[in-house]
Order: sequence, then structure tokens, then C-alpha cells
Amino acid sequence: VRSCVEPQIEEDYQAVNVDLQTDATLQVDISDALSERDKVKFTVHTKSTLPNFKQNEFSVVRQHEEFIWLHDSFVENEEYAGYIIPPAPPRPDFDASREKLQKLGEGEGSMTKEEFTKMKQELEAEYLAIFKKTVAMHEVFLCRVAAHPVLRKDMNFHVFLEYNQDLSVRGKNKREKMEDFFKNVVKSADGVLVAGVKDVDDFFEHEKTFLLEYHNRVKDASSKSDRMIRSHKSAADDINRIASTLYTLGTQDSTDVCKFFLKVSELFEKTRKIEARVAADEDLKLADLLKYYLRESQAAKDLLYRRGRALVDYENANKALDKARAKNKDVLQAETSQQVCCQKFEKISESAKQELIDFKTRRVAAFRKNLVELAELELKHAKGNLQLLQSCVGVLKGDT
Amino acid sequence: MALLYMATSSERSPPPFPEDLEPEPDEVGDQDSDDGEDIFLGADNPLEIKMDHSLPASDIASSTKPLSEASSAPVMDILSEPASEAFSAPMMNLLMEPASETSSAPMVDLLMEPASETSSAPMMNLFMEPASEASSGPMVDLLMDPASDDLKEPPKPDINPLADIINDAPLSEVKTPVAAMTQEPPSDLFDDEPSELFAEPRQSNTAKQQQTSIFDEPDEDLFSEPLGEALKKPQNDVFKEALAPVAKASNVCGPLSDNYNEDPTDIFTEEAITTLPSAVSTVSVNSKTNGVHSDEEEPDIFAEATVELSLDSPRNDRKKKEAAKPSASASAPSVSASASKPQPKTLEELDEEIEDKFELNISITNPEKVGDGMNAYMAYKVSTQTTLPMFRSKTFTVRRRFSDFLGLYEKLSDKHTLNGYIVPPPPEKSIMGMTKVKVGKEDNSSAEFVERRRAALERYLQRVVFHPSLLQDPDVREFLERDDMPRAHNTQALSGAGFLKMINRATDSLSKMTIKMNESDVWFEEKLQEVEAEDQQLRKLHIMVDSLVGHRKELSVNTGGFAKSVAMLGSSEDNTALSRALSQLAEVEDKMEQLHQEQAASDSFCFAELLADYIRLLGSVRASFDQRMKTWQRWQDAQNMLQKKRETEAKLLWANKPDKLQQAKDDITEWEAKVTQYERDFDRVSATVRKEVLRFEKEKARDFKKQIIKYLESLLQSQQQLIKYWEAFLPEAKAIA
Repeated sequence: VRSCVEPQIEEDYQAVNVDLQTDATLQVDISDALSERDKVKFTVHTKSTLPNFKQNEFSVVRQHEEFIWLHDSFVENEEYAGYIIPPAPPRPDFDASREKLQKLGEGEGSMTKEEFTKMKQELEAEYLAIFKKTVAMHEVFLCRVAAHPVLRKDMNFHVFLEYNQDLSVRGKNKREKMEDFFKNVVKSADGVLVAGVKDVDDFFEHEKTFLLEYHNRVKDASSKSDRMIRSHKSAADDINRIASTLYTLGTQDSTDVCKFFLKVSELFEKTRKIEARVAADEDLKLADLLKYYLRESQAAKDLLYRRGRALVDYENANKALDKARAKNKDVLQAETSQQVCCQKFEKISESAKQELIDFKTRRVAAFRKNLVELAELELKHAKGNLQLLQSCVGVLKGDT
Repeated sequence: MALLYMATSSERSPPPFPEDLEPEPDEVGDQDSDDGEDIFLGADNPLEIKMDHSLPASDIASSTKPLSEASSAPVMDILSEPASEAFSAPMMNLLMEPASETSSAPMVDLLMEPASETSSAPMMNLFMEPASEASSGPMVDLLMDPASDDLKEPPKPDINPLADIINDAPLSEVKTPVAAMTQEPPSDLFDDEPSELFAEPRQSNTAKQQQTSIFDEPDEDLFSEPLGEALKKPQNDVFKEALAPVAKASNVCGPLSDNYNEDPTDIFTEEAITTLPSAVSTVSVNSKTNGVHSDEEEPDIFAEATVELSLDSPRNDRKKKEAAKPSASASAPSVSASASKPQPKTLEELDEEIEDKFELNISITNPEKVGDGMNAYMAYKVSTQTTLPMFRSKTFTVRRRFSDFLGLYEKLSDKHTLNGYIVPPPPEKSIMGMTKVKVGKEDNSSAEFVERRRAALERYLQRVVFHPSLLQDPDVREFLERDDMPRAHNTQALSGAGFLKMINRATDSLSKMTIKMNESDVWFEEKLQEVEAEDQQLRKLHIMVDSLVGHRKELSVNTGGFAKSVAMLGSSEDNTALSRALSQLAEVEDKMEQLHQEQAASDSFCFAELLADYIRLLGSVRASFDQRMKTWQRWQDAQNMLQKKRETEAKLLWANKPDKLQQAKDDITEWEAKVTQYERDFDRVSATVRKEVLRFEKEKARDFKKQIIKYLESLLQSQQQLIKYWEAFLPEAKAIA
């Protein structure tokens, strides 16, 4: 399946979850995307006046793995320990959709032509929606980086944007994945340990408790919203099928009832589209928002962990320095180490405070934007539905 | 006369012998066939046909002519047919070796059977009556000739048919007490022509009576009483019946024809049925001649009569069938022409009333659990409000349990499905649902189950009483009125078995479909296909609506879950405005949960239940098609049997085995009667099915429109609520800062 992102939809998705201050010096977007067998190729388009780019405007083709590479390079960079690293975009997942499409192909014989066409259209629409969402998620990541005062200057980022050949980034192999896994286990164990340490700073102490709770709740809300939307979509699909069966019933004859069935079928055909739109918009405005903030709050938590880790390291260094002084042994080394830890901790604390404040500002703005849009869309759809129903009931009542 | 029409067709199938008795059975069959059309269509060519194939036909023709000249036209017509009949019968006898002993036995059989089973004999009788009465005099003469030609003893053949006639005649006459008789003194007619004719028959009857000493035993046993009557006034009866209508002209035709719609279950109604057609035919004939008395008019008269009747009687039929059915079948042997005459009228009136303004409201309320544990059951309050005079009071209430409803269905189904009626089926038994109720879980699903069932029972009962014929059924009245309903004992088994039966019926009909049935009427074929396609689509639709109900419930639950989750998120959010907005969102989602819940209920109650009802009803529709097919099958089987019997007879003739010939002849007579009967059944069931299906479609259209509009209105309300909720939320979202 090959498809392009429609500009209009793109707009829908653009910066959907984050309120980013636009800066004319560096603007990044994904102008096109191609879906091939098992990968998606994103065309990353950059407009910049920054001097370290050779041109003002250029495009490169990037794959998901390269986005991940970029993200990981940020995470691994000690320099960025004090920043909330923009969360990596989720892996494009068309498996479910592809599987459905395949099943549909297998079941072609057992369906009427209309049913098949309808199902196919539905699946294609679903596929396209996932595709666009994937593109949007990748774009948001780049935009976030481009808007970040520090990360936007990152060399890797510039290479990512400018280097017009394959970055020959490969996906992690099994061993590396295992390593990652253990790293994560250690990290989370350590995280618990670090989190247990009472923070000297009230701001961070407050942020820590807030983020821990918030992250869990946003996680819960995100999965609940997914479930809600899934059943909403199922209901819309049912209405769709009901509409086509009513159509079949209506075309069997030309009696009054049949005409009646046809009218109702027509109505359901329209209302199910609206219903599906409602589900899709809830997905976009609500579920995606929550999902993004699930990852973003994770990133913020990671920042707090790094700070907490640095704090613990600093305290340990202090203890070691005290010990060394007491024993009068390796004092210089301990002093150096203590100073390094102190610097690191202070650096992290300094930027982290601003980052967390920004995070909150961004969050509130994003929620506002999305919730307002959600309410407006819900109203628009409900009104559309109501109008359809009213006119249909009017016509049907006139008939009888 | 229609018989003759039939005769032609049957003759096309190669009859082994020209003298073969075919004309006779066919004639009988035609005479009995309900539709006036058939009967009279044949009227044009009876004589020709007769001439073609029966030797004595020419004689008849010649003999009838003089007769007709002497008497009036109608009589002549009447005679012409019977005459031939009379001939054919004798012909049989002629061919037989008239061993009186052998023939006596079959006679008994013949007579017995009609009495016990249906009425094959009476039907014949009807036919023979006119023959014997009218023609016996001349006939005897005529018969003599061919008889002698055929070299066998002439008197004996005569005796046989006549004996038959005599034996049979009383039966039919007794049955139809001929209300007309008392009403109309048929003096004119009798003065003019019949008297002449009858003078002779009477004598001959009595004469034969004496002669047929062989038949004395059966006669006396079975008919000793009727015989007396028959001897006194058998001919009169027939003619009086005919005369009465004459006076009343077309009016009479209706009521009379009505009668033959009555249930053939009991012998007596049967007879009524059979007598009437013949009466009708005579009526029409007489009515014409009565005024005119002209001899030349005979062909025209007949044609006119034909038209008149063919238009009238079928139409009346149908009307009557609607109304007369249950009460007629219910009223026992006492049903007589006079008794049933007023009935159709009142029923018709009722019928109209029902159609116009339905003055019967039924509601089922207060489902109540009675008893404990697994013996517990739900009892429902069945309230009736009515202005119909058939009920004892205007409002009354009874308590009924589910099995009572099933019992009612079984009773109605047993009675009416046979005749092609679409009996509304009750909701299925649900072991799952009921067990929950029994266990006493007061949760949502069991409350929903009880309500769903209550509503389904209410719709079921409303459909029953809305059906003009079923409403007349005493069982329905009893169900609505009677306080101490005897518990339907085996409904437990019934409900299960009953539905199994229905399923079997469906598969049955499917297999039968594959068998064949070269459908004479395309309408039925098309309708059945339509019904089957519709059934399939409705089932599909039902599954989908059920799935929608499921998903909507799921959506409701998930929305509830999300609402709680958002509320929590709101409480942990440290931006006050955002926190507030989130808890508002949680409230909106909470209301949406409720909304989805209600919508799911209305998906289920307005839409899914409607579909479930109609899937069940389509089962009943198919059952009625199936019933028609069965009736058809029975008719075909009987025809095949008749064919075999005839072949047997032909073989016997060839083989010259006269000793078995009488048996064969009697078999043929018997099967002829059955064929006639079954064909009539088939026609009747076909007419009923057609009418029922049309009625069903009308109701279906109304039901669907009503229910779906109701459903759409529920959707509409949901959307209005939705708008309200989101409009309230929007400023909250905008207030986030």
C-alpha cells in the first residue's frame, strides 16, 4: 500500500499534542511518507536559516529506526541529562490492519460484492488513519526537538535532517535488546531506590510525587480511552452492517416496507459515518493526547530519575569525601569526584526546573486545545446526527 | 359440470377403457370443489364430453332433450349431468357381474367410511341426489337399453346405483336440515316440473328399496331412520333448498357458500359443505328459470348462472373464512344450514368492527415471582379492556404464567395451523434467563430479562387477539377471561418440543421444496422464496443488531471506566483549571455512560426484539406454506392412489374377474371422494394461506414502521442529550488557562 499524507489531515495532526513555539530559524515537518512492505519512509522536510546547514531548504528520507537512533542519542548524551528528552515516536504498527485486510481477502468468497467493497473501504480507511497517525507522531517528535532551545543545536539532529543518504542505522539486534532490557530493569529498580530518597528541594519533591501519580493515571486513562473508542468503533461498524443488511432487505421488493427499509438504511449509512467520525475524533483529540502525555510524563519522570540519581551520587560523593577526609586518604580524588557530582546535580537541577515548568505549560495548553476541539467536534457530530435523524423521522412519518 | 371439465383433463391421461368409470369420479370431484368457477366453467361442454366417451351418452343426450322440453330448463340442466352420472354408475354395474352378495359388502364399506372419516359418500350423494330424483324415471328406461345392449341383467345395475342413492341421500339430507324448507314453500316449482319428475323417482325409489333386499341390512343398520325421511321427501329437500335461495336470490348464495368453509374435522360440517355447493348450483339455475320458465333459454341461463356464482361464491368464501372458521369448527354436529346462516353475518360484522376500530386492549403487567428455588415461576397480570360483546365484561384481569402462554400457542397452533393460518408464536423459553430469575439474583440482567419477556408476551398476545379468526377461538377467550385456568401440564415438554417441531417443520419444508411440487400458482412460489430470503436477511440483521447491543453495552461500560479514570486524572492534575475541566469531562462521560446504556436498551427493545418477533413469525408463515404443501401432497397421493385403483380395475376387467370388480369399484369411489376432498382442502388452505400472508405483510409493514420510527426517535433523543452535555462542557474546556 502506497499513500501520501493529505495536507489537510496533516494539519489536523500537526502539533496536535504539544503547544510548540514556532521559530522561523528552524522548521521541520514531514512532507510525505511512503508505506512499503514492512517499513514506512518519511520525507523529512527542513527550512532553516541556521548557518550550519548548507542550504535553506532540503528534504531527506528517514525511517522509523533513524528516529529511534536520534532519540537514543539524546538519551545517552550526558549533556542532555537535565532535559526532558522528547519521547520517541511509537513504532508503526500496521500488522493488525494488514492481517484484517488479508482475512478479508480470504473471506471474499463468502461475502456479497457490496459487503466486500464496504469492508475493504473500511479497512483501507482504518489503515490510512493509522498511517497518518504514525506520520504525525514522528513529526511531533521532530518538531519538539526543533523547538527545544538546546536539542535543536544537536549535531546528530542536524545530520539526521541534512545527510541525504541512509544513516545506516540498524535496528537493535537481540543481544542489544537484551542489554536494553537489563538496563531498564536495573534502571527501574534503581528508580525505586532513588525515588525513596527524600528530596531536599520542595519543588522537585512535589514534582516527583505528582509525576508518579500522574503518570499512572494518565496511563490508566489512556488505556481506558482506547477501550472506549474501540467499542465505539465496533458500534459504528455494526451500524454500517445493519445499514447494508437493511439495504439488501429493501432491494428485495418494491413494496412500501422495502422503500422504508431503504430510507432507514440510507440514514444509518450516514449516521454510522458520523459515529465513526466521533470515534476517530475522540481517538485523535483524547486518546492520542493521553498517549502522548503518557510518554511525555515518562520522559519527565526519566529526567527526575536522572536528577535523583545525580543527587544520590552527589550525596554518596559527599559521604565518600567525608570518609576520605576522616581517613585522610584519597581526599583529592574524592574532592574531584564530589565536585563533579555536585556540578552535575546542580546542572541537572537548574535545567530540570525550567523543563518541568515548561512541561506543565505545554500540557495545560495541549489539553485545553484538544478538549476544546473535542467538545466542538462532538457538538458538530451530534448536531449532524440530530439533523439527519430529524429529517429522516419527518420523512418516514410523512410516509406512514 | 365442473366435473366434466375435470373429466376432460383426466381423460387425457390414457384411460384403459373407454367405458371406464373415469367420468364419474371426476364429476364428483368437480361438484365438490369449492370454487364456483370450476364448477361452472365446465358447464358448457358437459354434454359433449359425455357423448365422447360414454356409450350411453348419446342416449342420455337424446333422453335429456325430451326431458328438458317437457320440464323447465334448469331441471334439465340438473338432470343432464346427473343423468350421465347415473349412467356411468350403472355402467359400472353392468360391467360387473352383478352378484348381489359381493356388492353388498362394498356398499357397507362405502357407507361406513363416510360416516366415520370424512364424507366421501355424502359427497357422492349430493351429486346423485338430483340424479336419482330427477332422472330416475326416465333414467330407468334409458338404463334399461344400454344395459340390455350390454347383455347383462338390466335390473340389477339399476338397483345398485339407486340403492346407493337412496342410502346416501338421507345422510346428506338429514345433515342439512334445510332451513330453507321451512322458509320457502316451493310450491311453484314443484307444481311445474319437478312434480312430474318426482312422481316417478319416488316410485322407483321405493320400488328399488324393495328390490334391493340385498342391501337391506346395511340400509337398515345405518340409515333406517334417514331412509324413511328420504323416502318421504328426499327430492323435496333438495329442491326446497334450492328454492329458498331462489326467493332470496343472491343473498342466499353468500351464506350458503359460507358453510362449506367450515372445518372439515367433523362429519357434519363436512356434509354441510358438500351439500351446499350442489344447492348453490341448483339455486342459481332455478333462480333464472323461476321467473322466466322458458325452455329455449337453457344455455344462456346456465352461462349467466355461471358468471354470477363464480364471482360470488369465492369472494364470499374468503370473507366467511375469516369469520366463520373457529366458531364453525367449534360448534359440534348440531351445525346446520339454518344455524350457521345467521352466524356468518354476526361474525362478519365483528370482523369489520375489529378492522375498523380495534376495541380490545391487552396489557401484561406486574411480573411477579411465585414460589422459590427451581420451582419458582413468573406470573404476569393479563389485563383486558374491551367493548366487544363476546366477552362477559368490559375489563377483566387474570394471572397467567409463561407456560400458559405456551399452552395457548399449542392449542391455537394445533387447531389453526392445519388450515393454513399463521399462528403468532410466543417468545422462546429461556432456561438461562429463567434460571437467573429463579436463583433470585436481583441484578440488571435478570430484571432486563423479565421486562423483555413481559413485553414479548404482551406483543404475542396482542398479535393473537388482533387476528380476527384467532380472536374468535374459545381458547383465546378462556385464556383472557377464565380465572382458574387449568394448568397446561405438559408445556414443559411442549415448549421444548414445540420449537423443535417448528424447526423440524422448517427443515421438512426445505426437503419438500427440493422434492418438487410443480407449483400451479406462481404467487405461492414467489412468496415462499421472498419469505425465505427475508427470513435469512432478518436473521442476519438480528445478529448484527444484537452485536450492536453488545457493543453499545460495552461502550457504556468502557465509557464509565474512562469517566472514573478521567476523574482520577483530574484529581491528580495540579493545574486547577485543567483539573476542574477534567472532572467536568468525567461528568460528561458519566452521563454518556448512562446514555449509551439507554441506547443499548432501546436497540434491544425497539429493534432486536422486533426482529426476533418477526423471525419467529416468519417461522409460522413458513409453517403455513408448509401446511399448504402437505395438503397438496396429500391430494397428489390420493390422485396417484386413485389412478392405481383404476388400473387395478382395468386389469380386473381384462382378466375378467368379476368377483373382485366390485371391491375395485368401491375403492375407486372411495378414492375419488378423497381426491375431491383433498383437492378442496388444498384450495381452501391455499386461499387461507394467501389471505394470511397478505394480512401478515400488512401487519409487518405497520409494525416495522412503528417500531423503527420509535427507535429512531430514541436515537434522536440521545443526540439531543449529547448536545446538551457537550454544550455544557465547552466553556469549561475554554476556561482552562
